[in-house]
Amino acid sequence: MKTNNIAFAFFCALVTAIMAFPLLGLKMVSEGTGMIIQGATASTWIYIASACMMVFLVQLFKTSLNSGVEQFKVQLSRLPTPSLPADQHVRLEKWALILIIGLALAWPFMTSRSSIDLATLVLIYVMLGLGLNIVVGLAGLLDLGYVAFYAVGAYSYALLNNYYGLSFWICLPIAGLLAATFGFLLGFPVLRLRGDYLAIVTLGFGEIIRIFLNNLTTLTGGPNGIPGIPKPTLPMIQTDPEFALISLDFSRSSREEGVVPFHTFFGLDYNPETKVVFLYLLALAMCLAIIFVIRRLIRMPVGRAWEALREDEIACRSLGLNRTAIKLSAFTLGASFAGFAGCFFAARQSFISPESFTFIESAIILAIVVLGGMGSQLGVILAAIVMIVLPELAREFQEYRMLMFGLLIVLIMIWRPQGLLPMQRPHLAIKEAEHA
Amino acid sequence: MLEVRDLGMRFGGLQAVDGVSLDVNEGEIVSIIGPNGAGKTTVFNCISGFYTPTGGSVKFKGDFVHTFPDYRISRLGMVRTFQHVRLFSRMTAIENLLVAQHRHANTNLFAGLFATPSYRRKEQLALDRASYWLKKVDLLNHANREAGTLSYGQQRRLEIARCMVTEPSILMLDEPAAGLNPRETRDLDELITAIKHSYNVSVLLIEHDIGLVMGISDRIYVVNQGRPLASGSPEEIRQNPAVIKAYLGEG
Repeated sequence: MKTNNIAFAFFCALVTAIMAFPLLGLKMVSEGTGMIIQGATASTWIYIASACMMVFLVQLFKTSLNSGVEQFKVQLSRLPTPSLPADQHVRLEKWALILIIGLALAWPFMTSRSSIDLATLVLIYVMLGLGLNIVVGLAGLLDLGYVAFYAVGAYSYALLNNYYGLSFWICLPIAGLLAATFGFLLGFPVLRLRGDYLAIVTLGFGEIIRIFLNNLTTLTGGPNGIPGIPKPTLPMIQTDPEFALISLDFSRSSREEGVVPFHTFFGLDYNPETKVVFLYLLALAMCLAIIFVIRRLIRMPVGRAWEALREDEIACRSLGLNRTAIKLSAFTLGASFAGFAGCFFAARQSFISPESFTFIESAIILAIVVLGGMGSQLGVILAAIVMIVLPELAREFQEYRMLMFGLLIVLIMIWRPQGLLPMQRPHLAIKEAEHA
Repeated sequence: MLEVRDLGMRFGGLQAVDGVSLDVNEGEIVSIIGPNGAGKTTVFNCISGFYTPTGGSVKFKGDFVHTFPDYRISRLGMVRTFQHVRLFSRMTAIENLLVAQHRHANTNLFAGLFATPSYRRKEQLALDRASYWLKKVDLLNHANREAGTLSYGQQRRLEIARCMVTEPSILMLDEPAAGLNPRETRDLDELITAIKHSYNVSVLLIEHDIGLVMGISDRIYVVNQGRPLASGSPEEIRQNPAVIKAYLGEG
């Protein structure tokens, strides 16, 4: 056993050495017209040697390390999940939600402009996470191309505004509807697919949309993107000369007809920060609306059907649930939330290009859902904060971002595979019924 | 009510079911028995629409249903359980029963979002029906437990309750007594008899527990290697030489 271990550890170290030697230990240096191979510096050799040593040691003491991890895992599992009675848990969640909302409302008046900006970004990801949570967390359909619907939402506002001059408030429902339509269209061909196959098709779909936007230069401007997208305005009823619906914007002065600057309307001094606060509050309002809708959906027949479909598709069919309709509704509704988020994103950025809708965005949104705990709304909110704020805090380690990202996910999967805040089942009060 | 004629199912070169016919009348308990691999479950899958049979016909309440998709057949009032329990294991027991009533529910999105009175009434009705059946199968105390954490016998009972809340006219049970202890089997026996008498639901049963089958069945069909071997009352089957041969092997 012991010698076996040593032999295996030695083998692993050898593999590391074989891998590292040509990759790090040899360098191609151009000399004149040709290339020559040069040995690396002494410090590189020390790095390689210490890496081999480390692999050797880790492999040698793997069992004790593993048992240490196991121990830690056991302790961790004892620690953070206090088993409250179910109704108390519901109350706790309610209070937590109220607290979060209160804090979120107070946030822009307590902090700096940059942190409000960051919080707005977090809120966008909360919206996206909540939307994807329907598809992945509830309906159990692994969607790797969710960013496509985000792009559809963003581009529908950008294009409709660019070509037809439609305002944010008109485009918001249109963006949601268009994204939902795309969700519906994608839903059809993938109805029969599950798991890996579904993931591949949705991944492809996400890329198709991005490449399409990139190459449709006449319409979308291609990689140059669409600049000058107006910020959302605040609709307001004017009473002074006469009753009228006007829009307030947050610029210093407004040239458009029917648009009045916010500070002139309320007789305030111009403050550039108002715009940021308004965007934040708008995002917060959208988030709250989405949270409200999804909380309802989960308790509705359609929400239960999504979960049932995730649990056992065959049993669903045997009970008369039409899986086509259920899957399509999950895709469509999930996509529409991404559409709303996209519309807001375009308005906030004032500029969008296909660059913003790469696969990594899908991966981040998916990571938010998985990290937070599939199906859990509070989990998604928490994970969105973690995933967006952490990289901002660790700006110096920019190059190691992806590394930390991966490490975080691996650690979470080991220690809390159900996510940070796993979904709690709703507790249904039962009164005894006499007749069926 | 259910008429199966000359049912055939072929998987590539394998004729799994060949020429099986059976009838189930209203309020009857009918069993299908046969050795392992005889094609009983395949017959079930054909009738309930999980497979499209390659031959023959299935007539249910006057409709030829063998070309219907499975969910439409179950909406007509034919529901089934599975050989291996198929619950929604991470949902609570009562949620399992609520999902089953999907087709009775108000699935209008806006009605649900704004909780209209008609929506609330329907949800309450579903909840009442679910708790009624939970009580029937003695699971009311476990209503809010996740189905996957229930014991095997409880899961079996929950699966039957989940079928019954859909208010079926025929209940198809695929080996409901598999893995149950003698006491649980006796309870199951009573439950099936109650379902027949109190709710006038026909039962089509696949079962290996011969004691259970002989006790509750009105009629029995025997299949062997995909072909019908015999049919009749429990007494006739018990004495049929062909059946005895199929079960005990040829001497």
